[in-house]
Parts: sequence; C-alpha cells; structure tokens
Amino acid sequence: MKMKKVLSLGLSLLMCGTLLVGCGTDNKESVANESKTLKVAGLDGGYGTKGWQEVIKKFEEKTGVKVESTFEKKISDVLRPKLTSGKDVPDVIYLSVGAVGGLTDTLIKEKQIADISALLETEIPGEDKKVKDKILTPFVEGATADPYGDGKLRLAPLNLGPCGLFYNAKLLKDKGWDVPTDWDAMFELGEKAKKEGIALFTYPTAGYFDAFFTSLLNATAGPETYAKLIAYDSEAWKLPEVKKAFEIVGKLKDYTLETTVANANGDNFTKNQQAVIDGKALFIPNGTWLPGEMAATTPEGFEWGMMGIPAVKKGGDTYSTNFVEQMYVPEKAENKDLALQFIAYCYSDEAADLFRKYGGKNEKASKEAGEDVYNPGYLLPIKGYEKRISEAEAPYYTLAEKGVKTNSATFMAAEAVEGVTLLGETGILFGSVNSVMNGDKTVEKWYSESLDAIAKIEKANAEAAKK
Amino acid sequence: MNKTKEKRRFVIMCLAPAVILFTVFMIYPTINVFIMSTLKWGGFSDVKEFVGINNFLILFKDMNFIRSFQNTIFVIVIVTVFTLALAILFAAILVREKLRGQNFFRIIFYIPNILSIVVIGAIFSAIYDPSTNGLINSFLSIFHEEGWVGVQFLGNQSIVMYSIAFALIWQAIGYYMVMYMASMSSIPAHYYEAAELDGCGKVRQFFSITLPLIWSNIRTTLTFFVISTINLSFLLVQVMTSGGPDGASRVLLFYLYDQAYSNASYGYGMAIGAITFIFSFLLSAVINKVTERDELEF
Repeated sequence: MKMKKVLSLGLSLLMCGTLLVGCGTDNKESVANESKTLKVAGLDGGYGTKGWQEVIKKFEEKTGVKVESTFEKKISDVLRPKLTSGKDVPDVIYLSVGAVGGLTDTLIKEKQIADISALLETEIPGEDKKVKDKILTPFVEGATADPYGDGKLRLAPLNLGPCGLFYNAKLLKDKGWDVPTDWDAMFELGEKAKKEGIALFTYPTAGYFDAFFTSLLNATAGPETYAKLIAYDSEAWKLPEVKKAFEIVGKLKDYTLETTVANANGDNFTKNQQAVIDGKALFIPNGTWLPGEMAATTPEGFEWGMMGIPAVKKGGDTYSTNFVEQMYVPEKAENKDLALQFIAYCYSDEAADLFRKYGGKNEKASKEAGEDVYNPGYLLPIKGYEKRISEAEAPYYTLAEKGVKTNSATFMAAEAVEGVTLLGETGILFGSVNSVMNGDKTVEKWYSESLDAIAKIEKANAEAAKK
Repeated sequence: MNKTKEKRRFVIMCLAPAVILFTVFMIYPTINVFIMSTLKWGGFSDVKEFVGINNFLILFKDMNFIRSFQNTIFVIVIVTVFTLALAILFAAILVREKLRGQNFFRIIFYIPNILSIVVIGAIFSAIYDPSTNGLINSFLSIFHEEGWVGVQFLGNQSIVMYSIAFALIWQAIGYYMVMYMASMSSIPAHYYEAAELDGCGKVRQFFSITLPLIWSNIRTTLTFFVISTINLSFLLVQVMTSGGPDGASRVLLFYLYDQAYSNASYGYGMAIGAITFIFSFLLSAVINKVTERDELEF
C-alpha cells in the first residue's frame, strides 16, 4: 500500500518535473565570450551566403573576434521574436528596406535602428583608410541611408545594383527592331510586336514596381517633385505629371503578357521571367541578378539587354533605380562598436573582392564543372568598384555612362497607419498594378486610392510631428 | 478522510502539468492578444500607446478587412460543404461496398494530407499554370481555337478564391474520410442486414442508418473544419498567391500578418486576431447548437 503511494507520488512528481525540462539557460558560455562575440544575421537571398561566410572568416582571422552568423531565407521570421524580446539581438543585420516580411521597414518606423554616423570615421581593419575615404558619397546620403532625413547615417549600403528594364536583345536584333528610349517609341514597338503575337511587357511580381514605378515617376515629374513624393507631400502627388506615370502603366495593360498576373506571386514569378527568354514578351523590370537567377533555363546564344525606364518625351531623361541592399545595427544590439568594425571591414578591398566573387551558386555551371561555381555577388559601392565588373556584366553597370539618371526607390520613413499599406507587394501603390493589368481596377481608381492613402499617411506624420 | 485528501492531492498533481501547460501556452497568449489589440504599437519599440477600442473602430471601416472576412467565410462554407459531402460519400463507399483495391484508394485519398502546404502549393502551381501548358488549361485548350489564352486561375480576382478553395478541399478530403470511416465501420452490420430484409436500398440505408449513427462524429468534425480552414487557408494563400492579385485572395490571418508585420501595425493586427478568435469561437458554438440531436446508440 505504502509502496503504491510512494510510487504514484513519485510518478506524478516526475510528470510535473518534465514540464521544466528545456527551460534551463544556456547563457553561461556566451557570457564569458560576450565581449568578443559579434552576432551577424541576414537574408539568404539571391546572392547566397558563401560571400558572407568568407568575409566573416577573414574578419575573424584579422581581428580575433568570434562571429556568430545566422543566414536564413525567412530571416525576418527568425529575428522578429528576438527583436521583440530584446534578447539575443544581432549586432549587425543585413536585410534591405522593402524586403518581404517588412522587418527593416518596421524597425525604421519604430525608430529601432542605431545611428551609425561614426562608421564614416571608422578605420577599415587591415587598411589605413577610413570608411569615408572609400565609400561613394551618394550611397550614404538620401532616404536609402538616412531614412528620417536628419543627417544621420543609419543604413549602410552593401550593393550597387542597378535595376531597369531587361529585354530580349537577341530577339530585337533578329527582328530588326530598335531599342526604344521614350514611351511613344515603346508603344509603337508594342504594336509591331503584337502583330507577331509577342507581348511588349511583363513583370515578375507587383513588388518589382517599386524600382520601376519610382523611376517612372522621376521620368514624368522630375527629381525635385520626386523628392516631395517620397516625403508624402499630398499636393505633389496631385500634379498632372505625377498622374501621367499612372496613365503610362494603365496604357501598358494592353501590351502586357496575359499570363503575367496569374504568375505574379512568389511561387511562379520565374515563369514571367522565363517568358522573356522564350520570346513571349520583350521587356521586364528587374535587377542585375536576373541573368544569374535564370541561368539554368537560359539557352545558349540568348542575349540580355538592359536599359533605363524610357523617357516621357523623345530626348527626355531616362532613369534606372539603384537597388541598394542595406545592413544596419539595431538599437538593442549589445556590441555596437564591434558592429561598426565589422561593417567597416565589409568596405575593405579584400572583403569587396570576396563579396563579388561569391554570389549565388550557379547550379547549372556547378553541375557541368563538377565543382561549386558562383555567380557574381554584391558589388560594394566603394571607389574602384569598376574593376570588379567583368566585361560580360558591363552592360548592366554602365547605364550611367549612357546618360541614364539614377533614382532611389526608398521612401522616407513614415508613421504606420492602420489598414493603409502604401508600399510593398501588397500595398496600394504597387499591389494595385495587378488589378490594373487584368482590368479589375481603372487607372482613375488606382490613382485616387493612392492619393487617399498618401493623404492619410501625411496626416499621421503631421500629428506625430506635433507630439 | 485522510484518504480522500490524499486522493485529491494525487488528482491535482496529475492534472497540474496539463493545466499549467494550457495556461502558459493557451490562456495567457489569448489574453495577451486581447490586451495588445488595444494598443497602437509597431511590435518592437517600447512606445506602446493605449488606444482603447480604436483599432476595432478602424477595422469595421477598413474595406480590406471586410474583404478578407468575406473571403474567410467563403472558404469556410465552400470547403466545409464540399469536403463533408465528398468525404462522407467516399467513406460510405469504401466501408460499405466491396471494392477492388480498397486499401489503395484509402492511401491515395490520404496522401494529400501528409504533404506539407508548400508542396501542395507547388503541385497546384503546375495544375493552375495560366499558359496552355498548365494541367487544366492544356486539357481545356482541346475545346478552344488556337490562340486561346488559358484560364487565369490565380490571376483573376473572381476565380482565385475558388482555386484556393479547391486546393483546400483536395487536401482535406482524405483526413475527414478516414475519420468517418472509423466511425462507420463500428456500426454493427446487422442493422444493414435487417434493413436489407425490409427492402431498403443503399441510399435509404445511408440516410437512415449510417448518417444518424455517425452524427456525433460529424458534429465534431464541423468544428475542425472551421478551425483548420481558417489556419490552412492562410498558409495556402501565403504560398500560392501572396494574397494577390491585389489583395483579392486575402483571408483574415493573412491580413493580420500583413498588417502586424508588413505595415508595422502590430496592435491593429492583434485586433484582427481578436476578431478571428471571437468569430471562430462563436461559429463553432452556433454550429454545435444547431446540429444538436438526441444521441443515438448502438
């Protein structure tokens, strides 16, 4: 009897005890090394992680600092709980503004990104130069680097990545069609192509309109107005030249590949890119990573062309968007000084070479060669970047030399307004493109909804400023 | 006296783990959702402003929310009606009829259920491919002239929810079929024999014997339908359409995610969560009430 009692008590105690299994702490070890451990986290995206790993290895050798790195495809889901709880927060995060999941955008809105202006004065480990002596100035100015416009650097640029319109250069050559530089010529070409059953235009997903549409806004309204547009000035948005950009997209509807919208999602967007390779569509807004991304299904002899977003009138300005990938230090990071050291090291020639050498893995070439072959990776925006561009890639990076002006797609930081998403793939400004393209929404409606959303955000900004 | 006390202590000890787990992982987070739904908060900073029911007031005027709510109700209704009908039908056939390859069918029907939602998304990408290479479109193109543009399953606002619902039904049938089969096979065979002697046909047997005797099972699964459709529709929409085109396939949880994370309105997202919670709770309660019948036993 007694035995049974003891046994049952013991068993139930055991059951309660197992509840606590796994609740123990594993902090002991990290406390000891804390002063020397740097945590780096980032996106495992189109450029892969090999470049990061190589740079981290060299940084460890050079400085004796231990680096813990986490690179994930869904990095925003991984980091969210850490950033909310404030525990185990990475010291350096690589995730661009506008990336899916909106983590960086949220951190900006929540003022959770540290001021790293001191980076410019930081000496680059292994070189006796300061960051400001090497980095290209335009990349540490403007909304992509200084989202609040308060003159402080918060987002460090990682990549010099022009986005523009990619096209099937071979098909244009074979048909004897000229590459259009203004929209009138573009639509003329559209008519010609239509007769041959080829669509003028397609796009991977509506999210790609961030680079395309902002370039277009620059082309129609000019840089002065554009600066007001990205600062949510609702009066500027009402100007007729701004509306012109909406109308051009509306007109593109008749020249867009019919299957585009159905494939404009995360699962199928490469089918839209493939359509250009297959000669079903001519132009697609995209970035320098496109040829690498599609390498496995690109036939021999295919030739990509790239150009800026066409001008409104013949001889007008054409634009391409510089899609700057960003890294930053979260406000809750513990080793901010060490983080600056690491970011500074990323701008060294050694790191820049490694980043460029190891981009995303080229599966097709790797299989053929029997060893790992990598596409070109990040092109750091530092002096002497030209020498890291191979001849084959030169057409994608020499737009500026051809007179194409540079645009930045990033909007200024704004207050969050409940129920009003303006930017990003699901936002009103870019997401509605899908509806315009399949005829579900008129351009008028898209424009008025956008104005509505901008007015709401402007109001929220004004209210926040008062507080 | 001493014994009952001891017994009570033992019972408490045995229940404690479950109660603690339930409190920590279910009750506390649920309460937390309701608390956070009254805040204006982006999710990361320490700036949390109490706004009372303001988030809910905005919600009821937010057309995107209303649209997601409609979509959610739509999938719940469609998926429940079709899955229920088909799963019962297939279960009845597999249990009552002597078919060749019965086990084979059982496995085939169940396979979609063990696939991850990402795989299902990929399978349906091929099935719904909008060009005439798509599984469905290449079949349909037989009946159309050349130059026909395929049906835009995921690219047309008025079709996309049906496409999502179909994938969900395909995925769910096997699971519910197995559940119905389990309870059907425990119905004693002599009821059917007696009915047959009385001259009842198969259909009559189904409605007078099978259905009433598995009724309690059906009631339970109705609650499952509500909960699992709310959850799975989010995952599938996330994978297949990202809520598109232009928000046409957003469901409640997708909109929650979109607002809480992509739009930095965490408090607002939690308000959507609170509504979803209340809605699914009420819906399950109503379903439970209206399907109440006298329990039949055998």
